[in-house]
Amino acid sequence: MSTSAKSVRGLGSAGTGTQHHIRQRVTALALLFLVPWFIYSIIHACKAGYEGALIWVAQPINAILLILTVSAALYHMRLGMQVVIEDYIAKSGTRQALLILNTFAVIALATATILSVLKIWFTAGA
Amino acid sequence: MAGQGRADPRPLSPHLQIWKWHWTMAGSIFHRVSGVGLYGGAFLIGAWLIALATGPEAYALIEMIAFSLPGQILLFLWSMAVLYHLANGLRHLIWDGPMVGFNPGVASLWSMFNFAFAIIGAAAIWSLASFY
Repeated sequence: MSTSAKSVRGLGSAGTGTQHHIRQRVTALALLFLVPWFIYSIIHACKAGYEGALIWVAQPINAILLILTVSAALYHMRLGMQVVIEDYIAKSGTRQALLILNTFAVIALATATILSVLKIWFTAGA
Repeated sequence: MAGQGRADPRPLSPHLQIWKWHWTMAGSIFHRVSGVGLYGGAFLIGAWLIALATGPEAYALIEMIAFSLPGQILLFLWSMAVLYHLANGLRHLIWDGPMVGFNPGVASLWSMFNFAFAIIGAAAIWSLASFY
């Protein structure tokens, strides 16, 4: 088996990917700690009702960890979904459209959730 | 094959029906399946947070959905997907970092453990959560 070395040297078949791979791992490492905290916390918050959940989010440590969890999780899932789309959607136009939709959806969700945390932190916490 | 309705002649990943089922391939496929599921789940969890910031009426609506039977089933599946993706993700980090666990016997056992961890872990979390 042989490969035309000049076409792959330093690039790989896709031309890029090392940075994607590393970012997927770095966000995974953060989530290894953030997700267990999140599961434990969200059970508490859900059981506390509306007022209790507000008080929980308004505590600075929870607000900070929530924003970190949202950021790491959404970056991680955007990278993951990107690979799924690239693997299974062969048609170039559809693939490009879905890749852009993936980016838009994740950024929209990130903006909405982070602003929600900040709003609760600044209003209920005061 | 190449060129028929495809602008890009690069090979596709093999689809499910190509593979004979065994533990490590199931482990890999469910990593992807749980990841896609969690992608959707993130929007539902996000909706909870957005409703909390919106006000008591929106929050009451989301609580009603979350505590309904379909909502509870969905949340249980979500917790199983999180635990599976977390356990198998840790395995990926161990593969990439210390590079251990590639031996076929170990890899299969590890896959079985991850499935068991997800199911038993989710059941444990839900029963603990219902007690206090």
